[in-house]
Amino acid sequence: MTTSTNRIIHVLQSSQVQLLADWVKILRSSALPRTATVISDPELQAQCQEFISLFAAAIASGNLDTIEADAWKPVLEFLAGVSRSRGRQGFSPSETATFVFSFKEPLFTHLRRAFEGKDEAELFMNIWELSKLLDKLGLYTTEIHQQAREEIIRRQGEEMLELSTPVIQLWDGILAMPIIGTLDSARTQIVMEALLQQVVATRSPIAILDITGVPTVDTLTAQHLLKTVAATRLMGAECIISGIRPQIAQTIVHLGVELTGVVTKASLADAFRLALEKLGHRLGATARS
Amino acid sequence: MDRIPILRLGDTLLVTVQVDMHDQLAVRLLDDLTTMITKVRARGVLIDISALDMVDSFIGRMIADIAATARILDARAVVVGMQPAVAITLVELGMSLPGVQTALDVDHGMELLREPRDS
Repeated sequence: MTTSTNRIIHVLQSSQVQLLADWVKILRSSALPRTATVISDPELQAQCQEFISLFAAAIASGNLDTIEADAWKPVLEFLAGVSRSRGRQGFSPSETATFVFSFKEPLFTHLRRAFEGKDEAELFMNIWELSKLLDKLGLYTTEIHQQAREEIIRRQGEEMLELSTPVIQLWDGILAMPIIGTLDSARTQIVMEALLQQVVATRSPIAILDITGVPTVDTLTAQHLLKTVAATRLMGAECIISGIRPQIAQTIVHLGVELTGVVTKASLADAFRLALEKLGHRLGATARS
Repeated sequence: MDRIPILRLGDTLLVTVQVDMHDQLAVRLLDDLTTMITKVRARGVLIDISALDMVDSFIGRMIADIAATARILDARAVVVGMQPAVAITLVELGMSLPGVQTALDVDHGMELLREPRDS
């Protein structure tokens, strides 16, 4: 075991320059157009070089069975960094994993050269062990790549939530919150909190919840709306629901949801007019001369 | 044992909850308040809970009880200044306190009490 590891390390170190050149050439020639445009030559070269030296150091530890050992930690961290940055740059998982897998060809070529005329069985064993290792590392990059992508999706989801809950002050004492998109439990929670916070901050006795942009209303959504209305009332403000489209009104009645005690209006304009009246403002056209 | 002070403003009683409301304290408040309402023949009770940032179902029920008791004694009860978190908690607990009048702050609450009564 030690002698064979020694030989691998010897190959990795003695022909490092050649190995690096071959690998970079393979990476460049493999039909991955994005690698060429997004990652510059010096950057790719530096990444490859760092991987080779870290890989050699990990092999020197003698632990070729598992990549979970401490000795492999620097390699894994480096690959995680590469994988994440590629995931963000829009590489596909296979493109990312190719970075590791493509190392096999130059490594095995050089290993065969070092073993020329010597123990064939040992060469085979070495190649087999290295192949297993590189496969594991490649799979690891794919996993990290996937994680990085999921992180992006989650962050975008959160950003969308923040974007989609603006509270607008229509008048002194009148708030409006237009809701766009489907209302699920998580979103309702945010909507409810944002609205109530603003009611306190602006001391507005009336809040209008406009659901013109809500595509469908099911029992759960209706339940959420009712909760928001109840919470607003508990705080001493009044909540008007507006923007109920004909189909949604029909659905609500069909579902048998009790909206008694909740003030509803067909349009935001109607709700606004009602709110102004409740605050004692009177609307009327001025006579034109 | 500490208790929550009840202030008298004309024919209105003003209760400001400024400490964490524990069960004993709430029961005691209900006791004191009912005694006070009959003693000074108050027509309105204003309960300011703006400093209360945590409630459980018991406190929620006590608030409802205080309002109901005041109503029986012919005084209008208004709960003012409930925090968003408290309101959400109460709604999630299924206590939307249907019989309790609410207002945003003491100002609005006093206005509400000054309005002529329906009955």
